[in-house]
Amino acid sequence: MMMPPPAMPAAFQVEKPVPGPGMGDFSYVGIDAILEQMRRKAMKQGFELNIMVVGQSGLGKSTLMNTLFKSKVSRKSVQATSQEKIPKTIDIKSVSHDIEEKGVRMKLTVIDTPGFGDQINNENCWQPIMKFINAQYEQYLQEEININRKKRIPDSRVHCCIYFIPPTGHCLRPLDVEFMRRLSKVVNIVPVIAKADTLTLEERDFFKQKIREELRANGIDVYPQKEFDEDAEDRMINDKIREMIPFAVVGSDQEYQVNGRRLLGRKTKWGTIEVENIAHCEFAYLRDLLIRTHMENIKDITSSIHYEVYRVRRLNENNTAIAHEGEDTHWGD
Amino acid sequence: MSSCIKLGHLLWYIYNIIVTLTQTCHRSTVHGLFSTHVQSGEGARAVPLAGHVGFDSMPDQLVNKSVNHGFCFNILCVGETGLGKSTLMDTLFNTKFEGEPTQHNQPGVQLKSNTYELQESNVRLKLTVVNTVGFGDQINKEDSYKSIVEFIDTQFEAYLQEELKIKRTLHSYHDTRIHACLYFIAPTGHSLKSLDLVTMKKLDSKVNIIPIIAKSDAISKSELTKFKIKITSELVSNGVQIYQFPTDDETVAEINSTMNGHLPFAVVGSTEEVKIGNKMVKARQYPWGTVQVENENHCDFVKLREMLIRVNMEDLREQTHTRHYELYRRCKLEEMGFKDTDPDCKPFSLQETYEAKRNEFMGDLQKKEEEMRQMFVQRVKEKEAELKEAEKELHEKFDRLKKLHQDEKKKLEDKKKSLDDELNGFKQKKTAAELLQSQAQQAGGSTTLKRDKERKK
Repeated sequence: MMMPPPAMPAAFQVEKPVPGPGMGDFSYVGIDAILEQMRRKAMKQGFELNIMVVGQSGLGKSTLMNTLFKSKVSRKSVQATSQEKIPKTIDIKSVSHDIEEKGVRMKLTVIDTPGFGDQINNENCWQPIMKFINAQYEQYLQEEININRKKRIPDSRVHCCIYFIPPTGHCLRPLDVEFMRRLSKVVNIVPVIAKADTLTLEERDFFKQKIREELRANGIDVYPQKEFDEDAEDRMINDKIREMIPFAVVGSDQEYQVNGRRLLGRKTKWGTIEVENIAHCEFAYLRDLLIRTHMENIKDITSSIHYEVYRVRRLNENNTAIAHEGEDTHWGD
Repeated sequence: MSSCIKLGHLLWYIYNIIVTLTQTCHRSTVHGLFSTHVQSGEGARAVPLAGHVGFDSMPDQLVNKSVNHGFCFNILCVGETGLGKSTLMDTLFNTKFEGEPTQHNQPGVQLKSNTYELQESNVRLKLTVVNTVGFGDQINKEDSYKSIVEFIDTQFEAYLQEELKIKRTLHSYHDTRIHACLYFIAPTGHSLKSLDLVTMKKLDSKVNIIPIIAKSDAISKSELTKFKIKITSELVSNGVQIYQFPTDDETVAEINSTMNGHLPFAVVGSTEEVKIGNKMVKARQYPWGTVQVENENHCDFVKLREMLIRVNMEDLREQTHTRHYELYRRCKLEEMGFKDTDPDCKPFSLQETYEAKRNEFMGDLQKKEEEMRQMFVQRVKEKEAELKEAEKELHEKFDRLKKLHQDEKKKLEDKKKSLDDELNGFKQKKTAAELLQSQAQQAGGSTTLKRDKERKK
């Protein structure tokens, strides 16, 4: 099943009418030139994207980030430590990069969570992460409430959280369910099956189906959330995506020669797994979803829904919190 | 030999220091623990990409989203009655906006706003045109600017209220803030009127002012240049800040800076078409010639359209939001007593105001509720009384009718009785008569028998 191709920009190449010696086009006002103006403004300002990766150590999170953005953006590439020690508590480490492609500048922040799910007792391991996400919302809120506001409030809110599911092939673990259940209410979660080259296609389909069932059974709404579909067209596109999540991905930042071309892949004795080949793994779908088609939508949902929910809670806090404290289990943990 | 070794050691030592330092440098870009938040611009390193990632489609996604959402643009036209404001709007946007020319006898300045939905290719624009009705018509024009300033402030206030709400819907909020103010200057050819100066001075910190010379076909070219120079110098000497087209973006810097030199634009508006050559153009026809609206030699209409719509519409909207609205917001919040100094108590003080306002609001609400309840009770009572009255009446009527009915019945019964009596009497008479008749017959029969008997004897 092919993903619908990303919206081609052809429709937005606005031809600015040449102001001739006075005989302009009669019925053309030029309102659609605003699209070009918006595009110019966007290019000048640049974009921001904050992605968080959550999962046990050894699931290939850093590699996947590097593969997604085709550069060394993960924490491991920045830190020069030779030894990798699993921390005793969950650390939240974020690394920022300025990347540019065809004149479009983006500030990408990758937030890593080493230590998640690695302890013997993993109770409440989602707490530091929730705290972090809420802290970002809080920071944005503070800036927004300021009297003397900045022209452009720096956006450090977590737009998307990629959750790595270990490829057991059976079903979700209680840790996965707990985490996703709590976090899907504050951030967009994109679950992926990590190291998917250990699953055959049948196992993969079965696993995916099991996961989808369990998500449904537990009422976990992952991105793209059903309730935020704007219109029928949206719903159609998103339904196709919802039938495919979680994406089974393989990450790699090494290139190999395959059929005369240099491709990113993993070379094994029984063959080379091409990362960007949809017959091998679903990395391309993930990349298309996150970057090429739905990035703006992800940011939009974060700012207009998750952030607003936080804001309402925060502003209502002093008024009614004491009475209702026991009800919100995922807030007061 | 030993000195070499010592040097070697020293170098090795220095090398280690450098390595550790760079390591720390690298580490410094990694912010550990969530309490130190990511700062924009700092610590972000530029990283080259090894292939096509695909986020260059971001501007397209953004534009896509905006197209789906639609745009809105609000223009305020300030100027005396009869300067051709409505005609110019019609000409600019190629449609016939509703409304007839206003009279000149308005008692005060009013603002009439009309919203139109325009569409061109796939762009939907919600255009609001606000006209000042009666501006400059009064004898005493001291307060003319007040209603305009009030109107602009009201729009800002509405947006501020929406932004401060707890449950807000900024995404679907219809922005009514004025993005551009076209100030129409009468084509006297001399200088600005004092009314113009005063009004523009009051408006320049609240809205983007673009001054234009209206009905400029009344001025000759040489007079026009002198007029423009006079106007600009008067504006500068009075400290009026009109909107400058932005020159920071290289693509449009050149054209914007040239246009900045052409302000104020001398425009002519017309919706009538005249045939020139073999084309129909918008123009005004005079006995001595035709003024073509879209001819750059005749007037600056094309420049105005270019600047207002095709090049700077987005910038006008942005300036309104980031400069004028922020200024308003700052003043308003400071007025309400907030300060930025203590970051700790800021959200709380806002909350306190919320509390206070909410209590006030609840108090008002309760009062209103009480009022309404009382009114309701009153009305119910009245209605009840009415209904009782009606019921009583009905009962009476019913009683009356019943009585009537009974009377009738009685009468009828009496009549029936009398009839019955008559009938009985008649029957009796009848039986008596019959008896008599039969007796008579018998007697007759017997007498005939008797006669027969006598004959036989």
